[in-house]
Amino acid sequence: MTEAHAVETTPIGSSSPLTRNPQSRLRSFSRRFFRNSSAVTGAIVLGLLILVALLAPVIAPYDPVVPNPRHRTSPPSREHLMGTDNLGRDVFSAVVYGARLSLRVGLISIGIGATIGTMLGLLAAYYEGWVDTIIMRGIDILLAFPGILLAIVFVTILGPGLSNVMIAVGIASVPRFTRVVRGAVLSLKQGVHVEAARSIGASNLRIMFLHILPNSLPPVIVMATLGTATAILSAAGLSFLGLGAQPPTPEWGAMLSNARTYLRDAWWWATFPGLAIMVTVLAMNLLGDGLRDVLDPRLRER
Amino acid sequence: MAAYALRRLLAAIPVLLGVSVLVFSMLHLTPGDPATLMLSGGGGGGGGAGASAEAIEELRRSMGLDRPIWKQYLRWISNALRGDLGRSIWSNQTVTSMIAEQLPSTIQLTVAGLSVAVVLGVVLGVVAALRPHSWLDTVTMAFASLGVAMPGFWVGLLLIFFFSLHLGWLPATGSGGFSRLILPAATLGLEASAIIARLVRSSMLEVLRQEFVTTARAKGLREFKVVVHHALRNALIPVVTVVGLQFGALLSGTVIIETVFARQGIGRLAITAINGKDFPVVQGIVLLVATIYVIANLAVDLLYSILDPRIRYS
Repeated sequence: MTEAHAVETTPIGSSSPLTRNPQSRLRSFSRRFFRNSSAVTGAIVLGLLILVALLAPVIAPYDPVVPNPRHRTSPPSREHLMGTDNLGRDVFSAVVYGARLSLRVGLISIGIGATIGTMLGLLAAYYEGWVDTIIMRGIDILLAFPGILLAIVFVTILGPGLSNVMIAVGIASVPRFTRVVRGAVLSLKQGVHVEAARSIGASNLRIMFLHILPNSLPPVIVMATLGTATAILSAAGLSFLGLGAQPPTPEWGAMLSNARTYLRDAWWWATFPGLAIMVTVLAMNLLGDGLRDVLDPRLRER
Repeated sequence: MAAYALRRLLAAIPVLLGVSVLVFSMLHLTPGDPATLMLSGGGGGGGGAGASAEAIEELRRSMGLDRPIWKQYLRWISNALRGDLGRSIWSNQTVTSMIAEQLPSTIQLTVAGLSVAVVLGVVLGVVAALRPHSWLDTVTMAFASLGVAMPGFWVGLLLIFFFSLHLGWLPATGSGGFSRLILPAATLGLEASAIIARLVRSSMLEVLRQEFVTTARAKGLREFKVVVHHALRNALIPVVTVVGLQFGALLSGTVIIETVFARQGIGRLAITAINGKDFPVVQGIVLLVATIYVIANLAVDLLYSILDPRIRYS
């Protein structure tokens, strides 16, 4: 299996990824990426969402926060593509601005989680011994809280609000990254290039950052993509519970929470934000799964 | 076997200890003076902003908040081990009794949700594995992808809209009775069923490729027996771990589902307590749920090691 991949995608002669030049690695990666339908679909949809989020002030026809009493609770129409809520605010504009919020929350939370988690995983795997034990015990404790319970614990401590949700969801995602990086580094430590580097006297720090870290990034990238999807879901969930975005912030989860009381009269209010969440999460999952297929076989070539 | 069980049990103890420390420190990590903080919640009644200085002092004394932190922790944990989780700030009921009132409804929901998830997931996964790359397979896996992407609170609202408001078949909210359990359990189980379906499918595909299945078929056994008795039994082994993990996810998912369907349960109790800054209740619930989860994982590990003896020696 590895041979087939080697013939198909790698340049002449199979070699350790570090000795192949960066340009050919990028080329072979892009080739494989664009051939993976899942990754491409996810990337396109995500790209559109990012565009919508960035262009929100331009795309949104109305201000999502300002009430408009004359147009209370009206169904989707030409003026209000997704209808209005009980205060007359345009649901479409709110959904568009919500994209901004959700993407930001997702990216920042995962940024926090991935950074802390990667560092911890790196330290634990590289030094092993009691450093490893302490870090992994800590991770086990965090993992003892199922689902969003850990995020709820941190939001209770920090107080409600979207920025606290980002921190809470970020910390809750640390264990996943720590485990993945630790696993990757533990196996990379056995690699020939590490042995070679050490034999010429490279310091621990240098080996860790120049040799091991770059090669442990692929699973982190996959996990970060998939993790952002989970983070967006968690943040929306916390907002739904009233622990996250506070009114009148147009966050998708918060919108669904408000829509609940008006479900009978305003189905559109409860439908579109949820649809938006689903599409976003689906796109990220597709991208993450695609990336995993593209990046994983490369890991096995080692 | 006993050695493995003992090892896992001993490994769980420091984790539970760490969990208890984290839960205990929730109150003390929150910015502000604990007693003032708790009384600012404006929960069940009275209270509200500007609780009197005497009320604050009284709370401080009764909860022992003026003693050194480590003493407070020891007092809290030793009480907890004896089943005393303190009293709610607002209702003055013991936390244990409050939890005991709400827990059955949550357990009911979790078990029902898990059943839905397992039955739906296994059936879909097996069906997809038996006809790989067919339209059935594609539809099933598409459903699995969607199921994971749809937020639980949204699914719940949609189900309420269709089956309750539109069709009038099922009640939308409240607790008690089988009909009130259906929609919440379906919502809760949906996401987990998607995950299980995917895993069952790949696990079954692995197993069906193996020689003993070909042998069973060559022996002339009926296909049903081959699939269920021989293949499925082996394919389900990795699924057991996932089911254990999903149990935890479901347990924490009840927080959202109970809110959507206005159902009794410790999830809703926790949210009310968080908003009211009723820390003893929040801490009691979190401690309980985390402990249940750790024990459930332990049980799943042990079960897995019984089903697949290779694990014990790793």
